[in-house]
Amino acid sequence: MTTLPTQAAISDEIEELRFTSGPQPRLDYPPYRSSRLRHPTRAPEVADPEGVELWAPCFGHADVDDTEADLTMRHPGEPIGERVVVTGRVLDGEGRPVAHQLVEVWQANAAGRYRHQRDRHPAPLDPNFTGAGRCLTGADGSYRFVTIKPGPYPWRNHLNAWRPAHIHFSLFGTDFTQRLVTQMYFPGDPLFGLDPIYQSITDPKAREMLVATYDHDLTAPEFSLGYRWDIVLTGGHRTPLDTEETP
Amino acid sequence: MTAAPGQTVGPFFHLGLPYDGGNELVPPGRPDAIRLHGRIVDGAGAGVPDAMVEIWQADPSGAVCRTPGSLRRDGWTFTGFGRAATDADGRYWFTTLEPGPTEPGRPPFFAVTVFARGLLDGLFTRAYLPGDPAARAADPLLAALAPERRETLIAVPEENGLRFDIHLQGDRETVFLAFPRRVS
Repeated sequence: MTTLPTQAAISDEIEELRFTSGPQPRLDYPPYRSSRLRHPTRAPEVADPEGVELWAPCFGHADVDDTEADLTMRHPGEPIGERVVVTGRVLDGEGRPVAHQLVEVWQANAAGRYRHQRDRHPAPLDPNFTGAGRCLTGADGSYRFVTIKPGPYPWRNHLNAWRPAHIHFSLFGTDFTQRLVTQMYFPGDPLFGLDPIYQSITDPKAREMLVATYDHDLTAPEFSLGYRWDIVLTGGHRTPLDTEETP
Repeated sequence: MTAAPGQTVGPFFHLGLPYDGGNELVPPGRPDAIRLHGRIVDGAGAGVPDAMVEIWQADPSGAVCRTPGSLRRDGWTFTGFGRAATDADGRYWFTTLEPGPTEPGRPPFFAVTVFARGLLDGLFTRAYLPGDPAARAADPLLAALAPERRETLIAVPEENGLRFDIHLQGDRETVFLAFPRRVS
């Protein structure tokens, strides 16, 4: 049996790698042990996007039902936990809205347990919470989910490893090169400094882009707390003129 | 504006991302259907059982699909998008059609994304069709690569379709792509 490293050892490794990458996570990031054999060792080849890469898949109301954006209404009863609204806009690198595009989310329940056969964390499953949702952005790029604030959960990267509470987000832009899968975090989480996945983005300003803002104006009296999170994708490669054309 | 950083898809993405029919862009058994399949392999040569592959492609005429319906397929409409999680051995498969060239003389390819636990950000690559060597020879990306690197981007013909293995690391590491922003 391998002995797991301590948090102190992982924290030292995290410390050594601070500011060693740009705004994107380091793929080669030893403090996240599972990355060891799964990161490419060569720099990516720079390519000019062409053909299908200049377009994104189309999703519509045939694909996504409006009710899928409310993760608290998927079962007969109310899920346990802190009800939250998470809303914001999906923007391209020029700040233009990404309209009518698919946003997918998945998350743990309030106790920090995923409804997934591989999750062995001995925290209760909630019969009234699955933890997956989808929506289409509006014309202004806006999305909105109603859900339960996920709990932090333990994992076996190292001894006493805990992930900060997060919601996984999967996003498409207006062209396929903007495809993004990331995680949204909640402000002020005490686990941020200890978490090798969050810290794999070694630039603190870039990391903070993944943290939602508490917005009291989004909080509904007697009902739910509100968080705002805007997501900026990489720049699209089509010119506005291209967008008017059909391929 | 700075783009938001990616994060790993994690071990539990099956809860939110794969869906029924995701890997069947056309119904299996359709006469012109092909199987595009492969294995995602780590730096030790082991299959990656918790990875996900997406393809996005033109139709056989080279047209880019602008039709919704990838998440709930109607059995008739070709939408060009598919998603597959790997099995316990790291294998994935799609039933689809061969993409055509989106412009005359260009080599057709599947745009491919790869996500996995242990992979801190998604990866982009292309699976080029094995036919039309002249078009591939004229392709600037392929032409700039050493032959053994170039080979990692070309699907291998098989009786019922194509095989495209993806090596995340190692001697046969797949060529992954970065797309510079257009300066307008």
